[in-house]
Amino acid sequence: MNKADVIVVGAGHNGLTSAAFLAKAGLKVLVLEKNPWIGGAAVSRSLHKDWIYSNCSYVCSLLRPEIFRELELGKHGLHVVPYGGGVTFTRDGDILGNYVDEEVKRREIMRYSARDGDAYLRYSRDVMRQCRLVRSLLMRTPPDPTSWRWRDLTEMRHIGREFAALGPAVLADTIRFHTMSIADYLNEYFESDVVKANLAGSGIIGTALGVQSPGTAYVLLHHYMGDVDGQMGAWGFARGGMGAVSQALASALTSFGGTIKVDAPVAQIVVRGGRVRGVALDNGDEYSAPVVISGLDPKRTFLGLLASGDLDPAIAKRARDFKIRGSSGKLNIALDGLPTFPALGKNNPLAAGDMHFLDSLERYERAYDDWKRGMWSRDPYLDLLIPSLTDPTMAPPGKHFMSVFVQYVPVKVKGQDWTDADREAFKKTVFQQISRYSPDFESLVLHAEVRTPRELEAEVGLTEGNIFQGELTFDQLLFNRPFPGFAQYRGPVKGMYMCGSGTHPGGGVMAAPGANAAREVLLDLKRGNTVPNGWSDD
Amino acid sequence: MRTPREHFRLVVKYTPFHSRTVAANELNLWHRWRDYSVADAYFDVSLEYTALRNTCAVFDISPMTKHRITGPDALAFMNRLVTRDVAKIKPGRVGYAVWCDEQGQVVDDGTIFHLSPGVYRLCSQERQLDWLHTARLGFDVTVVEETEDVAALSLQGPTSCATLCALGLTGIETLTPFGMRTFAFGEAELLVSRTGFTGDLGYELWIDPAHAEALWDALFEAGNLYGIRPLGTHALDIARIEAGYIQAGVDFLPADHAIRADRTRSPFELDLAWLVDFSKPHFTGRRALLAEQSRGSRYRLVRLDVAGNKPATDAYVYDAKRRVVGTVTSAVWSPMSKASIALASVAMPHGAVGTPLWAEIYYQKELKWNRTNVECTVLAGPSYDPPRRKVTPAPMR
Repeated sequence: MNKADVIVVGAGHNGLTSAAFLAKAGLKVLVLEKNPWIGGAAVSRSLHKDWIYSNCSYVCSLLRPEIFRELELGKHGLHVVPYGGGVTFTRDGDILGNYVDEEVKRREIMRYSARDGDAYLRYSRDVMRQCRLVRSLLMRTPPDPTSWRWRDLTEMRHIGREFAALGPAVLADTIRFHTMSIADYLNEYFESDVVKANLAGSGIIGTALGVQSPGTAYVLLHHYMGDVDGQMGAWGFARGGMGAVSQALASALTSFGGTIKVDAPVAQIVVRGGRVRGVALDNGDEYSAPVVISGLDPKRTFLGLLASGDLDPAIAKRARDFKIRGSSGKLNIALDGLPTFPALGKNNPLAAGDMHFLDSLERYERAYDDWKRGMWSRDPYLDLLIPSLTDPTMAPPGKHFMSVFVQYVPVKVKGQDWTDADREAFKKTVFQQISRYSPDFESLVLHAEVRTPRELEAEVGLTEGNIFQGELTFDQLLFNRPFPGFAQYRGPVKGMYMCGSGTHPGGGVMAAPGANAAREVLLDLKRGNTVPNGWSDD
Repeated sequence: MRTPREHFRLVVKYTPFHSRTVAANELNLWHRWRDYSVADAYFDVSLEYTALRNTCAVFDISPMTKHRITGPDALAFMNRLVTRDVAKIKPGRVGYAVWCDEQGQVVDDGTIFHLSPGVYRLCSQERQLDWLHTARLGFDVTVVEETEDVAALSLQGPTSCATLCALGLTGIETLTPFGMRTFAFGEAELLVSRTGFTGDLGYELWIDPAHAEALWDALFEAGNLYGIRPLGTHALDIARIEAGYIQAGVDFLPADHAIRADRTRSPFELDLAWLVDFSKPHFTGRRALLAEQSRGSRYRLVRLDVAGNKPATDAYVYDAKRRVVGTVTSAVWSPMSKASIALASVAMPHGAVGTPLWAEIYYQKELKWNRTNVECTVLAGPSYDPPRRKVTPAPMR
């Protein structure tokens, strides 16, 4: 059985999403995954007995509810559980808490600046204005602005209308917003450095830019535009870890008759007579299909899956130039008990939220400086969560799973490949950062999985370990994602498509690229569309 | 020096009168008013309302946002902030005001208390600290929020003056509407203003929170013979709609909350043209409002008398040709006029006084939903405006 209507390369959440919508349309779909497990970067694995880790992505907010509903992911076992708030620890032993209650959050900000407590309202309003614009584009295929095709013109008109609806003042803000740094943006609202630092993290996560770098304001938006049950900007856990997202998608896919084959690394897309004929695996096995969709990042897709002979050099150059710099690492830790964070005090609900340890924009920028010099940050940004405080499936009762996202982490250490000794030293840096705020943390560690860009690339297949399959900068967004001419999910060869986060609207476990790609495939195959339109915010 | 981080353990704060309002709240009904919880109703909405219109009733307004503005440029600052001429609010006087963003859209409404020469208190629905600090640039003024530093009660109704006389506030009956005066209350200073949100004879009492409970006790003792009752938000809401008063977040969206374009309103669009004074020095929104004046407004706030006996809650408003021209923002059955009344925002040129509009009302009786289309009359003013509101000396009952 080596024939299918559609082959999807990579069982990440976008590949599975594409596959599910296509199978739902009645196509015979085969998903090929190189690892013995599925999920790509939305994966839960048990690396320590009785513990489940969200090994890569670890929180869930952007997953489009339209997709959740259409594929009945709830029935297939997915439950997104909102978690409450977050906290920034300060060097003087205090905290700035992002309490869930708006009034308590305001009072907390007012501890640092009375004015900033009120300014937060204006800030939230302005960010939401920009979010609304971006949200309206998520479940749509970007138009080609250079084309005169009817569909592109119609789509350009849609975007034009969305922009016009903003009104002149907000439109002016929008144009500025997309080129600003998160530091400049926050400086326009707040006076307290701690308040700014508390908000800045969302601007740099997964991005090889510093808080002073233009373009980071948009990255913040990318982390605000999701919602959990209509609660805009809220984040949650997938019950059972982020692998539950992939498992639910896989369950939906198989319910529609689709097939997933693991341990099946694809070596190449087979092209004959100017069109796709199927794929060849590393072991030489061939699978034939008139349609192949790559869930891999643009570099691996264009420069790996396609034989160089099948690719125009100009396009290959575009792929080589695509920015996909690694900047982050991840620690997954099994804990023998709940570590204490003295600054939180007893029974603070924020212990279940996201914790951060940089209390000034200066420290953020210094952390980035280390990365530029080819080192991991000595004083790193951490996005630390203890999901087991919310999700009882992650660790035995009384024990805990700690997820630690780390930035900045270079792809090469001072120009050399990562060694195991480097990785051990990196782990020590992160442990020290946590221990500064939690003295008993290290004594509770039972097991730790340490992932540098080296592991993220080797295991997950993310080039340079970039979590978004390519940076979310203005030059690589919308009709420029991954690069001009290829933003409509079609590859350079007939029958070839792309569905990964390297396409619009980008990463963050949205599943929107996968859904949008499926819509394009169905359009080309003249099949009935199974992919939902985006919901309106109005 | 930061305040203690433990504040989060008390999510909802207690007003300075909490011990007394808890004791009075027989129904144990509460809702959130920013940092605080206040009573929806104490014993019976209808009877609380009746006390307000027939005797007198007490509403805890302590959660209202309060800012103090002082300094050599206080008047100039206030005048640049709001649309009316603050120079005309003399020391010892209070003025209702709105303030706008640079596009002439209403940020909030509230009252300005000219406490003493150059010292103002701004009472508002929304938090304004960021806005005031932004507006402060170039002015020699100090702006501080004093919401927590001042406890306040609103005493409203025909026997409110008599109650204050019984409390020992000699001469209070000579206080004119929008006037204020201070009295000694034990060791504390009690500020009394003839203001309110009910369209009736009434006063607001302002005091150091340390003396709040004593004030409540003394007031209820003084009002014992005058039918004093506690008043919850539901009953107050009936009164304020009867009086035709608008409420931020209900009848208009504060401009600094608006995410979608075209959701905000200008003072003209809220029937507050009388608060806009183009002859005074420059104020925020002036250019936009001048342009609107010559171009014409987009919307109009109308006070409606709705035929029949069903409150027009959330109703669409239609013109004679059955086109939707607006929506009801506040609606209630008015016990004083025995009429269904409403505030609505309609697109221009609809809603001129005397022209007919129609409201589509959904209502249910015993779980069965019905729909009715009824004619509405646009009123020239509030549906209830008793003479006692303005009379000085104030009547005793």
